[in-house]
Amino acid sequence: MITLGAACLILAFAVAIYAGVAALVGTRGDRRYVDSARRGVYAFAVLLTICVVIVEAAFVRTDLSLQVVADHSSTTTPAFYRLTAMWSSQEGSLLLWAWVLSLTSSAVLFATRNKHREITPWATAVLMGLGTFFTGLMLFAASPFARLDPVPPEGVGLEPLLRHPAMAIHPPMLYTGYVFFAIPFAFAIGALITRRLDASWIRSTRRFALIAWLCLGVGILLGARWSYSELGWGGYWGWDPVENASLMPWLVGTAFLHSIMVQERRGMLKVWNVSLICATFSLALLGTFLVRSGILDSIHAFGESTVGAPLLALIGLVVVGSTLLIVSRTADLRSEKRIDSLVSREAIFLVNNLLLVGLAVVIFWGTFFPLISEVFTWDKTSLAAPWFDRYTTPLAILLVLFTGIGPLFAWRRVSLGSAKRLLARPAIAAAAVTGLLAAFTDARSHPLALVMFGFAAFTLAALLQEFARGAAAYRSLSGGSYGRALMALFARNRRRYGGYVVHAGLAILLIAVAASSSFQTSRDLRLRPGESAVVDNYKITYEKPTAEIDPPEQRLTFGSVLAVTKNGKPYATLYPSRNYYSGVGAPTGGGPIRSFFEGEATSEVGRRTTVGGDLWTSMIPDLGPMNHLIASADNRLERIGRGIKPGDVQAQQAFGALQGLAVRKIEQRYLADPPPANFRVNVNPLVTWIWVGGAIAVIGGLVAIWPAPEARRRRVSDVYAARLARDLGRA
Amino acid sequence: MEILLALVIVAVVVWFVSGPLRRSAGETRKASERLEDPHVAELRARKEAKYREIRDAELDREQGKLSRADWGRQDAELRREAIEILKELDRANAEAEERAAAER
Repeated sequence: MITLGAACLILAFAVAIYAGVAALVGTRGDRRYVDSARRGVYAFAVLLTICVVIVEAAFVRTDLSLQVVADHSSTTTPAFYRLTAMWSSQEGSLLLWAWVLSLTSSAVLFATRNKHREITPWATAVLMGLGTFFTGLMLFAASPFARLDPVPPEGVGLEPLLRHPAMAIHPPMLYTGYVFFAIPFAFAIGALITRRLDASWIRSTRRFALIAWLCLGVGILLGARWSYSELGWGGYWGWDPVENASLMPWLVGTAFLHSIMVQERRGMLKVWNVSLICATFSLALLGTFLVRSGILDSIHAFGESTVGAPLLALIGLVVVGSTLLIVSRTADLRSEKRIDSLVSREAIFLVNNLLLVGLAVVIFWGTFFPLISEVFTWDKTSLAAPWFDRYTTPLAILLVLFTGIGPLFAWRRVSLGSAKRLLARPAIAAAAVTGLLAAFTDARSHPLALVMFGFAAFTLAALLQEFARGAAAYRSLSGGSYGRALMALFARNRRRYGGYVVHAGLAILLIAVAASSSFQTSRDLRLRPGESAVVDNYKITYEKPTAEIDPPEQRLTFGSVLAVTKNGKPYATLYPSRNYYSGVGAPTGGGPIRSFFEGEATSEVGRRTTVGGDLWTSMIPDLGPMNHLIASADNRLERIGRGIKPGDVQAQQAFGALQGLAVRKIEQRYLADPPPANFRVNVNPLVTWIWVGGAIAVIGGLVAIWPAPEARRRRVSDVYAARLARDLGRA
Repeated sequence: MEILLALVIVAVVVWFVSGPLRRSAGETRKASERLEDPHVAELRARKEAKYREIRDAELDREQGKLSRADWGRQDAELRREAIEILKELDRANAEAEERAAAER
């Protein structure tokens, strides 16, 4: 089936070129070409679906004649990871990118088949330009259908760090987020070229932008969770370049989703909106580039790649092209109206937009500072977490405050009297929370965190007030219970109230971030079995070591059993451990046993989670005392290995068994005479609420995306049309 | 076998994608008639947005964000704007129909 897959990829490339050209011909007015181009996009989606199915089937069957399978899977890779291994490879992620693009392009072109007759052909050309680029990359630089001859007896296996359940959903979510932003971008380009710069293109692509925002958010959250539970450094966000690369389009995309509401209602911020979506998509491409280019040091950058330069060229084309287009349309992008008052929702949205973009700019500068510094000083200087914290924290604090103020104000203008009344209760709640925390906790020693708690309390109180007032207003008109009124409120305006739920989730998430980062206790301990140490109120005793060999995974695990008491009472038993993998990422020439300990290693965290926070532990055993044993085993094995002739399968199998015995000996020594281990113990207050807040935000996003029933929309419109028709009669 | 299958896929794709190019003039006209006039589409989008503004203003008044006087002024202005859009929409619809009839 590999030949068929390769043929489908070539055909998809040809179809993408044809669809792009036909769409451009169709811009002259011949609808036949536009319709043919649209069908080309559907065919592109079907062809890439066949490619994905064939590559996935090859992974499931461990078809080692396919290079991508041999390089990223093996016969011992568990079935679940074989399914997810496709996007761990460069070839597979490019295929995933192009496939998601083909599906979402088909969906949007089907939905708009009878609309935007001027914009759609240009949007189709842009989307198929991207399709041509990514299928071209696969054909000429990183083919998922490249064959190996001779076929190797075994594959390399999946990178140990990627053997985590989140692998199934974290990368596809990020890619879906990146790719879905291509839809509003393509329509914005179409609107700019045709000068159809009213809000109709926004109306047709808003839901795609929301899905992109939601998927990217879920991807970021899952990445943070993965990092927290697997990486062993104790945090959920390390300001890693690739983490930052996913956060930047999310921030600018959030600004876009807010400012398009202003354009839809008031005809304002047109330049801002097209600039934001072009920036968002450019940053999404940048995210793909950073993962695949290896230009910046990152735990996510999987080595040097051949697609970095073409991706950079595409980003350059998008940035320069869209900038020139926007500049050339300045006159058409002039706002129809001005902001009536600074005390209005649109004014607050604008402030929020500036804060979000400001955050993205700070993160961009910090992420690319190593390259900037290299240009000027020949020295690649990276900026660490404290730099990011110093500049992003004040912006994030203000963002939380304005997230609460925005929903309180009406559009256009709010009188000062109304504003005071609306702000009073949330302000009292914020003052009370700040005062109580300052009086009864050590929050006063962290003023920025205290301000964040106060502002987040303001936002949560403001949102609560919004829900209560909304439900009360609905009840006064229709009666019924508060619960029913609340449900009706959501049904009546999902975008607004779904958005408020997102705001509440993010406020909770930021409270947890502030608490877990400002009030974290972190201690590095070195303990032998039987020894104890005290961290905060916890007494941690290293009870005994554990060891395990997983032959199919070629993994050796050294772990520990930690007994924890809190204030003298038994609290938890934790099992942190360290996994070592045979030969993965190890320098050559280190010996077969040494290669276990010099290559890739992953951590399994020992954690006790409660509503109030986490007790988090990781361990790295000190293998120094075992060096002698490892070296002696390697020497013996090397001596035996030298005598084995190439092609002597029986001798090689026997040698493999000997290696297994040597590893078993190391395991037994570790258990019998355990060396000391280095432990990191973190007490992370409220960290659970990061995931709870994130989940609430995701639910809110789903509510906002969910389409209102068509019948209800029509009925409401008809009611207003009738009323307006009466007014029209009187006018 | 795989090559044969690939050739079949090529044939199906070519047949499917070139379908609209093989359409008769009558079919093309029919397909074009289903298309929304861009100006009408723009006005419809503006109308929906204006209705949403009117609803939002009502909700804001019900929730006490707008005083009755502020709401009255705003509502009257929004309705005036909506009426303008409706008038323009009527004109644009009529023009679009005339154009379609002339093309027929």
